[in-house]
Amino acid sequence: MIAWWVPLSAARRVRFQKTVYLREGTHVTDIVDRTEGVREVERIIIRFAGDSGDGMQLTGDRFTSASALFGNDLATLPEFPAEIRAPAGTLAGVSAFQVHISDHDITTPGDAPNVLVAMNPAALKADLHTLESGGTVIVNSDAFEERNLAKAGYEHNPLEDNTLDGYTVITAPMTSLTKEACKDLGVKTRDAERSKNFFALGLVSWLYSRPEEPTMLWIQEKFKGRDLVIAANEAAYRAGNAFGETAELSASRMTVRPAQLPAGTYTNINGNTALSWGLIAASQQAGLPLFLGSYPITPASDILHELSKHKNFGVRTFQAEDEIAAIGSALGASYGGHIGITTTSGPGIALKGETLGLAVSLELPLVVIDIQRGGPSTGLPTKTEAADLMMAMYGRHGEAPMPIVAASSPSDCFDAAIEAVRIALEYRTPVMLLSDGYLANGTEPWKLPDIGSLPSIDIEFASELNGVDSEGREVYWPYVRNDNLARPWAIPGTEALMHRIGGIEKQDGTGNISYDPANHEFMVHLREERILKIADKLPPLEVMGDDDADILVVGWGSTWGAITSAVGRLRRGGTKVASVHLRHLYPFAPNLGELLQRYDHVVVPEMNLGQLTKLLRAEFLVDAKAISKVSGQPFTAAELVTKIQEVAQ
Amino acid sequence: MSAVPVTTKKDWSSDQEVRWCPGCGDYSILTAMQLLMPELEVRREDTVFISGIGCAARFPYYMNSYGMHSIHGRSPAIATGLAMARPDLDVWVVGGDGDMLSIGGNHLIHALRRNINLTILLFNNQIYGLTKGQYSPTSEVGKVTKSTPMGSIDQPFNPISVALGAEATFVARTHDMDRGHMQEMFRRAHDHQGSAIVEVFQNCNVFNDGAFNAITKKDARDAMLINLTHGEPVRFGVDGERGVMIVDGTAKIVDVAEVGIDVLHVHDETAPDPSVAFSISRLADDRESPTPVGVFRSVQRREYGESVSSQIAAAQDTKGPGDLHGLLRSLPTWDVS
Ligand SMILES: Cc1ncc(C[n+]2csc(CCOP(=O)(O)OP(=O)(O)O)c2C)c(N)n1
Ligand code: SF4
Ligand SMILES: [Mg+2]
Repeated sequence: MIAWWVPLSAARRVRFQKTVYLREGTHVTDIVDRTEGVREVERIIIRFAGDSGDGMQLTGDRFTSASALFGNDLATLPEFPAEIRAPAGTLAGVSAFQVHISDHDITTPGDAPNVLVAMNPAALKADLHTLESGGTVIVNSDAFEERNLAKAGYEHNPLEDNTLDGYTVITAPMTSLTKEACKDLGVKTRDAERSKNFFALGLVSWLYSRPEEPTMLWIQEKFKGRDLVIAANEAAYRAGNAFGETAELSASRMTVRPAQLPAGTYTNINGNTALSWGLIAASQQAGLPLFLGSYPITPASDILHELSKHKNFGVRTFQAEDEIAAIGSALGASYGGHIGITTTSGPGIALKGETLGLAVSLELPLVVIDIQRGGPSTGLPTKTEAADLMMAMYGRHGEAPMPIVAASSPSDCFDAAIEAVRIALEYRTPVMLLSDGYLANGTEPWKLPDIGSLPSIDIEFASELNGVDSEGREVYWPYVRNDNLARPWAIPGTEALMHRIGGIEKQDGTGNISYDPANHEFMVHLREERILKIADKLPPLEVMGDDDADILVVGWGSTWGAITSAVGRLRRGGTKVASVHLRHLYPFAPNLGELLQRYDHVVVPEMNLGQLTKLLRAEFLVDAKAISKVSGQPFTAAELVTKIQEVAQ
Repeated sequence: MSAVPVTTKKDWSSDQEVRWCPGCGDYSILTAMQLLMPELEVRREDTVFISGIGCAARFPYYMNSYGMHSIHGRSPAIATGLAMARPDLDVWVVGGDGDMLSIGGNHLIHALRRNINLTILLFNNQIYGLTKGQYSPTSEVGKVTKSTPMGSIDQPFNPISVALGAEATFVARTHDMDRGHMQEMFRRAHDHQGSAIVEVFQNCNVFNDGAFNAITKKDARDAMLINLTHGEPVRFGVDGERGVMIVDGTAKIVDVAEVGIDVLHVHDETAPDPSVAFSISRLADDRESPTPVGVFRSVQRREYGESVSSQIAAAQDTKGPGDLHGLLRSLPTWDVS
């Protein structure tokens, strides 16, 4: 992995003769300003689409990195097909990557793309409808031959009929030009062909004035020791650049200036990486080792992969035989004094349900992470949805309340993970942390936090006897409670505190098995009360927007970006509207009820059929209305603007 | 560390009232264990019993150590997490035949193949006791129970064969009528590095009374229990008149007088290949024929928790201890001023 930083001096509108350092400081080169005389725009949304084998994720990712280092604000939306190797050239095999780059603060990957890069007919067919009217289409014309056209279901070549009327079309024979560029390098033709995504990247980078140095450095680092691959990729990139110069595309050129972001060090991060780092940070803050028990499932597996790389932080990762063993092992580790974590997606949560009941009964810390995807069943494994809220809330046997924390943006996954661990440890309870496929893979620039400012998590294991039995002997009772109504955590190995815990109902205090009806009634209420008590120490919710608004938009999870952007647009257009975003879904922040009563209309955008809406209606008797979307795609701000305006009318 | 304090059975007995049916075989297993613990020279606070659900699974409540009575079938998984996190502990797992071979069968075989440091005791009464008498995955074909009024049609598991098939590194069998033998098996299982499993024939006198009488009653034992002793020819019978031979990879019971002592199989617990042990485990598929007991297999393989710890140590050696500041800067970064 290469790491670099670009020191951008005082003013943001710098000329980009900036220095790019490899982290070790060994390699120095210049970022050259290529934007002289180029038209400036505030933002551009580009969608790279191609066959799964075309390398569009990598192309999008490289374009994003170059833009991040250039200083733009940005947000990305990678979209993968469900099959690893769907038949080449088919609609099912289309893989896309949308990136929104901007010279100001943005929160979503954009509404309709301005530019669509289509590497084959299937990509054009699948994604043309997403493009803004009059947008730019860049195609690899070599791929538009009979077989591919047929596979994509085109009867006529769309480059030759009126399909693309009204769009700006840039056709480039990318495959043949790449081969041509590589011909004297000694690269096999087939291998040369594979570099065509770098041609596309070179062309798009020229069109939108991206610096080439980050990409060149990356190629050299990534393919170190494979000189032919380096040469081919570099040649392809430059050929793409040159194509732009020579094909007289200057009229289409534009650039997006760096954004005015708060001062600090930034990195471009996706939700799963941020979440993994948040868990590590929480473990450091609490001074307890992290244990992850997990079973692979999209889109959660990357957390298992990421944490497995960081064993030097004392992280233990365990790929269990199934989700039940995964949560079981995490609970066992928690019992032993580690921070037990288990990660999965909806189907896995269903399997973990019984153990969650046990964890509620044992009152041990545990963090259960659900990276939601389209369901039910296998559903849309690579697409996003947020329809597991009711399962997180109620999906267990018996009265088994569990705090629920939700992340709102890729970088926010870091803070949400720390918060989930904090609650689990301080209140000795399993906690559900919700993220989703969009946050998991989407990226945004993240201003790195100052480590000294991270919340502290103070945990002490029990070390002393705390009760007196009927014969006057000092004993250890596992269910004696502190001010948080949390029980002491006496870990095995602690002298004299031997005790037994289990899933059978127990007497409060002593922890002895009790089938007494009155005790059970008491314990059921107590388990609810102790979770509700968490709200006492939560900060009040802050409302964004107009004080005198009629409409309150209530959000949770990944809808934050679209809501923030939509509410901003509505307010600039004169609509009075406010929004509030919920980090805690159970218990709710203490002032939520009072807030909801203040507005005539309460609307709740959700990527489900209105699950939070139902909870709000039930809890607060407000006429909250859902704006729902369950297409596997995140909300766009434009959609929300329309929907919220409908309410306002 | 100071010396391990001397303890007695009483120190290992919790204050909880034991609630098995009077006459249940579980009592004698508990007594054997409570008497054995002081001899193992371990600390109570470093000892953890983890169980699932079932009559057998009540066991942890009665031991004055740390303990968790968890959920049906999942104890090997929970214990695996604990043993990975805390290699300093002695982790025991206790459960019945339903718990370990039906609902928890998957966890059991995976715990065994990983060779994590657990001592697993499987109380096999060939019945579901706690749910009042349904057939279990070890019940014989034809067994009439509430859920099989016309007789069970399921082929049963032989727990020893299952464990050997999963390549467990320590596999033994004992029975609830012989305290000395139980203690010997438990001691050896405890001392083994890695996953050790002991099947204990256990009488459920309420729902499956006498299931093992034909082999474990005192006067039947000589003729019906084939004691496996490492390095010794496998012989049994009141006068050692019968023995076991391996013929073309299959274990066969033979008359010693007929074949002679020299061709008898000499038991080798440490054989790297589990095939011969497996064939010995196949000798009896009912509880009316001579049945092998003792240690079937005891081999050394790297213990899982040790591998976990050594990977952590290796990562710390090469990368240094975790540095959060550095981690956050491990992807490309840029500065905005
Ligand atoms: C998820 C779940 N399913 C079913 C049960 C009911 N149940 C409790 S114990 C048991 C079987 C016990 O049999 P075994 O493991 O052989 O133990 P024994 O009682 O015979 O010692 C069953 C089916 C349960 N507790 N949990
Ligand atoms: S039901 Fe059977 S196994 Fe359970 S306690 Fe009674 S006798 Fe023992
Ligand atoms: Mg049983």
